Amino acid sequence: MKYTLVIPFLWLCSFLSGQASSQSSATFLIDSSVLYLNSDAMYRRPFLGNNNLPVSIGGYLDANTSYGATNGSKSGIGFAMPDLTLILSTRINKRTSFLTEVAYASITGKVQLRHAAIDARLHRLINLRTGLILNPIGAFNQNHDAPNYDFVDRPIAATTIIPAIFSNVGVGLFGKTGNSKWVLGYEAYLTNGFNDKIIDNTLGRTCLQEGVSSFENYSGKPMFTGKIALRNRYAGELGVSYLSGIYTEHDAPTTGKVAVLAVHYTGGFLRNRLLIKGEIAKVSVDVPTTYLQTYGNQQMGGFVDIIGTIAQTSIWGFDHARINIGARLEYADYNKSKFEETQGTIFEHSRAVVPCISFRPNAKSVIKFNYKYQEQIDFLGNPPLKTGSFQLGFSSYF
Amino acid sequence: MTKFSVFITISLTFWCFFSCKEILPKGLDDDQILDGTVEGLTEAELIQFERGDEAFREVFVKETGLGPSFVTASCVSCHAGDGKGHPFTTLTRFGQPDEYGNQFMHLGGPQLQNRSLPGYEPESIPLGATFAKFTPPANTGLGYLEYVSDADILAMSDPNDDDKDNISGTPNYGHIPDYLTKKSDAIPNNDKYILRFGKKAAAYNLLHQTANAYNQDMGITSSYESIDAFTLKKIEPEITVNKLNDVVFYLETLKAPIQRNTNDPIVQSGLMVFKEIGCEKCHKQTLKTGKAPIDALSEKEFHPYTDLLLHDMGSGLDDGYTEALAKTYEWRTPPLWGLGLSSDSQGGAYYLMHDGRARSIEAAILLHGGEALFTKTKYESLSASEKAALITFLNSL
Repeated sequence: MKYTLVIPFLWLCSFLSGQASSQSSATFLIDSSVLYLNSDAMYRRPFLGNNNLPVSIGGYLDANTSYGATNGSKSGIGFAMPDLTLILSTRINKRTSFLTEVAYASITGKVQLRHAAIDARLHRLINLRTGLILNPIGAFNQNHDAPNYDFVDRPIAATTIIPAIFSNVGVGLFGKTGNSKWVLGYEAYLTNGFNDKIIDNTLGRTCLQEGVSSFENYSGKPMFTGKIALRNRYAGELGVSYLSGIYTEHDAPTTGKVAVLAVHYTGGFLRNRLLIKGEIAKVSVDVPTTYLQTYGNQQMGGFVDIIGTIAQTSIWGFDHARINIGARLEYADYNKSKFEETQGTIFEHSRAVVPCISFRPNAKSVIKFNYKYQEQIDFLGNPPLKTGSFQLGFSSYF
Repeated sequence: MTKFSVFITISLTFWCFFSCKEILPKGLDDDQILDGTVEGLTEAELIQFERGDEAFREVFVKETGLGPSFVTASCVSCHAGDGKGHPFTTLTRFGQPDEYGNQFMHLGGPQLQNRSLPGYEPESIPLGATFAKFTPPANTGLGYLEYVSDADILAMSDPNDDDKDNISGTPNYGHIPDYLTKKSDAIPNNDKYILRFGKKAAAYNLLHQTANAYNQDMGITSSYESIDAFTLKKIEPEITVNKLNDVVFYLETLKAPIQRNTNDPIVQSGLMVFKEIGCEKCHKQTLKTGKAPIDALSEKEFHPYTDLLLHDMGSGLDDGYTEALAKTYEWRTPPLWGLGLSSDSQGGAYYLMHDGRARSIEAAILLHGGEALFTKTKYESLSASEKAALITFLNSL
């Protein structure tokens, strides 16, 4: 009940604040006086904020083809368009803005509203955001645009341990402070949370993605998501984020809690010729002791991307083209438990290594070529399913 | 630098494409895996096999009928890779201390549903009920076993040990549900039919076994087995007859395990030892099918290493629980085919015998008693090399 009063109040404050200062010339879409954080990614897209039109519109396209085999069974050549994303942003007044992201995925054939929120600036450190919000858990969820990555697939852990792209209706605050060398930012939101498909789904394992119910308050209690991130101009960004909520129905006999702790790091060295991005997340879920052990109560996973520029020069008429090479190492453990019957380890692992080479003709586009080798081990620990695939992808903002 | 980078890029790309056959993970040979069809299926039968395979992998949730009390949520979780199961999915049956029927059917017998959906209490074993644990068996080659004729099974039986070899196998008999079609070559005995599937040979055929497994293992009712295992009341079917029949067809047409290293002299000498010490008296090397509705299974010779009969296995394996007419100390001879691949479906370890108590093939041999005591004693007196050859042979199956 208390939240139903707080949310309209905060919204009213932000609206009045925006109206009162509508004559101000300040813009806050990106606070360019301090360093950027991963959480600024949605407003740092190349087509936003660089014109005088009332509305900015753009997006990105991500398409790829792959050829591979799993334990000798060849998949054939397939084409996919994981993302066609349209992004629209407008400044309602000098303290209030709106941004929305709508995506079409060829794999699911569905159009998904990923983000649709109004931001209102009360103070540099206090910005109100309400609507459908990308929850700030880890770095990838908020900084997920395919053109920003040299790998065709999204990281396993950032999509199957932490849901992706993960957004919920809610309200919260964000802000940052700093100078040209340091920046400290925070975000804190109350949103809708998960439903009980987390532990009752057709995958047969605990999966937060299966329990996402963005527009429904299934448990009757809000989910909290918060993040603190610190960035140094030379050392990079280190962030800690936390999510806590209830996934069981409000009248369920037992209360099921879910929590996620994530740590991320993003750093650029040698004048950004060497980039390192990494994220690790731990999930805790209350699973009834009488339920299947295949639904684990602890999960952990992460990835690290290391990208180096081997050439940066004029190629084929592109003045600042780059050729990058790199690798991604990733791991996801969907069930960090032991069998009650044998005290042996429950497996349910997935791990992959992905060497890559990419060509970036400019900052907006990338052509990427990957070889992905992945092993999936079932929950008993039987010999793994081994998958190797060559992937050629193209991603570009437009 | 630019030309060099472009050259490197293009070279690497071409190198990767042209060497992809070497880099892509290779599959295992057919004799290393249990999955696959019997030879000779028609196009339509292959399509039904695929449907059954998909249904076998279906994970049930509460909306699709799981539970509310159950043992597991999918067929494949008990039979990973179509192989033997793990203690995690070992099930418990209770309530029948002799051949005169289960005394605890009104209290949830014969099977314990030891897990439940959130908000429901799982079953517990009623006070005074005896019980036994059953590790899921491999489910390959079952179609061949289904179509062994009753006459052949009876020909292998010797209930009074007339040949004085200490082995007195006997078939299990029982009444069968109305939904089962009796085999054309069935040889009933006082309205009871020869049963052949399960640790106690208490299931008539694969439809009987499968409908029971959906009901008792997952709490999924069908028009065949419509009594809900939790409420013990008749409810609407939670799976269609077509889907259940597809799974039955899948089980019928999974290929028989293929023996490996058959030309290895140690394997060949192990087979000799196997026969010399008397293992083959129960673990019959070769059987044949009779007429079958699936052409690919009709009148075929195969090598399962079982006689499908019940044998007295001694007091050490007497758990005080039984099914149909079997005595508590009697167990159906398990097929040995696929034995060497067991650990590939049991998480890299062995869990053998009816409840997984044997952690190695040798431990399983040494647990044999009753009719098999004489053979076990012979095994113990073998030289180390003969024992090793026997184990190598068993591992090749």
